[in-house]
Amino acid sequence: MTERHECGRPPSELAAAALPAAAERRREPSRAQLDGRTAPPRFSFRSSTGEASKPAPAEAKLRTEDLEVWYGPVRALKGITLEMAANRVTALIGPSGCGKSTFLRALDRMNEVIPGVRTTGRVLLDGQDIYAPGVDPVEVRRRVGMVFQRPNPFPFSVFDNVAYGPRRHGVTSRSELQAIVERSLKEAALWDEVKDRLRAPALELSGGQQQRLCIARALAVRPEVLLMDEPASALDPIATGRIEDLLTELARSYTIVIVTHNMQQAARVSDSTGFFLDGQLIEFGRTEEIFTRPRDPRTEAYITGRFG
Amino acid sequence: MSRSFKPGGFGALRVSSVRPLEGRNQPGLGGGASRLAAAKRVRERWVFGLLGLLSLAALLPLAVILSYLVVGGLPALSWDFLTRGPSNMMRSGGIFPAIAGTFFLVVGSSLAAVPLGVAGGLYLAAYARPGLFTRLIRLAVGNLAGVPSVVYGLFGLSLFVLFLRLGVSVAAGSLTLALLVLPTVIAATEEAARSVPVGWRHASLALGATQWATVRHVVLPGALPGILTGVILAVSRAAGETAPIMFTAAAFFLPRLPTSPFEPVMALPYHLYVLSTEVARADPAVRLGTALVLLLLVLGLNLVALTLRARLRARRRGEIV
Repeated sequence: MTERHECGRPPSELAAAALPAAAERRREPSRAQLDGRTAPPRFSFRSSTGEASKPAPAEAKLRTEDLEVWYGPVRALKGITLEMAANRVTALIGPSGCGKSTFLRALDRMNEVIPGVRTTGRVLLDGQDIYAPGVDPVEVRRRVGMVFQRPNPFPFSVFDNVAYGPRRHGVTSRSELQAIVERSLKEAALWDEVKDRLRAPALELSGGQQQRLCIARALAVRPEVLLMDEPASALDPIATGRIEDLLTELARSYTIVIVTHNMQQAARVSDSTGFFLDGQLIEFGRTEEIFTRPRDPRTEAYITGRFG
Repeated sequence: MSRSFKPGGFGALRVSSVRPLEGRNQPGLGGGASRLAAAKRVRERWVFGLLGLLSLAALLPLAVILSYLVVGGLPALSWDFLTRGPSNMMRSGGIFPAIAGTFFLVVGSSLAAVPLGVAGGLYLAAYARPGLFTRLIRLAVGNLAGVPSVVYGLFGLSLFVLFLRLGVSVAAGSLTLALLVLPTVIAATEEAARSVPVGWRHASLALGATQWATVRHVVLPGALPGILTGVILAVSRAAGETAPIMFTAAAFFLPRLPTSPFEPVMALPYHLYVLSTEVARADPAVRLGTALVLLLLVLGLNLVALTLRARLRARRRGEIV
């Protein structure tokens, strides 16, 4: 199921094409159900076929107001105002170079790591501007975690990778670290695969396992928001499927913002979708609407594969 | 001319280099093309031969020097030569004080240069923002590397020996040598720190680790092999320097070891210089033996650096698989 394959179809069919996989996956008992928790009703494409629920009302966890990012003289983001709901998956789509990754990195002040980047506007996390004077970017990044495009585990053991964040934040007790590592690896659906080799080098894991390890590592510092920059683009379809399943699980406890090139992925995993083009937010709305009834002709052109 | 032959020539080259056997009975290619291909093959052989010969020439001086020293100096090498002091106005006896002095100078200069150089290199790699200040630092480091060693010697004399009143001593000589190796250590550290994958640094920062924690726990461990190699290479070069220690540390003749860092020492390169210029009727075997010991010391250090690098690289490769 490649994107190219869907290119010629109208958006409604594209959306429909994403359905079988999603429906199939949902028939499997979810990890949360195995854990004894019950899944709260979530909006998904299933509802468009008349089967399921309405979305529970969600608070805005993150909000940007007139956010602009400049690379030297180049304005990469042009006044983005966008709300990301708590405990929901927000997907950002758009062609390469449209600014969606820049937007994502602005949400945890990771753009500042690159010299010559200037940010204006506001990013409100629980109503508090993370760019306000006196706000420590280090604290922002603890509350807003990030998973990168390419799996980037440290050249340490599996255990030390997950324990890295907590250790930097002052957790020294062995038993406490062990508990955090176990919980994080379980949350990232990796525990069963690595519980017998926590001392093995992380770089010996497969690519998909490495990416889930990176997710576990990010979860270990108990962030409130998880930003993911094309987390599955370097992975094979099976590993991608596992990451997508995981996203659905994680949205119960975390607010997730995901950048993706893969529109079916956006359709499968997200509640809301924003379409970026040339540094601007062209359209933002419920994923179902964006993919079935886009209001902007440019959105329609993009999701039907006419460009990008 | 070659331009007009290009299509045929290209085809011929492809055929002759990739499928040489089939190329011979390709009827489609004209005689001109195959003649051209043959000419190219001949030229290729000549060029490779010439380049091989030239690279052999680079090996030649080392081989000649080494064999000259081994033939002339090996007879002088003995346990006594390495463990005894000089005797008979340095015309005979051993060179132990010079070996020990060079050792002290190497250790002393490392103690001074490594913390400074590693700190500077890490700053340039991890903290420095592009700007005038950073450009100035880089310029200074680059120029420092180009300063002739005798200038370091005179600078060390005026600053450490005279102004700071350290006297001609191990301390003054070590600090002077430290200045000499500092640019190399900075450059090696910066390069090694930059070679640490940027993804690791970003991952650490994104977890809410501070810049310093990132440098300390991710960048430094990753850069350590490169830093170590750079330091050893720099120090091995310093071990062979004469000019910087001539006015700052080296004693003409001192058949005992220093009792404190503020005393002068004998050192191998300077001892060799003295034997060659100041001592009349010195046994050439003592001279060549000293040179051989110095050379083996430097080559030995280089060998340590290279094996260390190879090993750590191999280990890192193993990790990535």
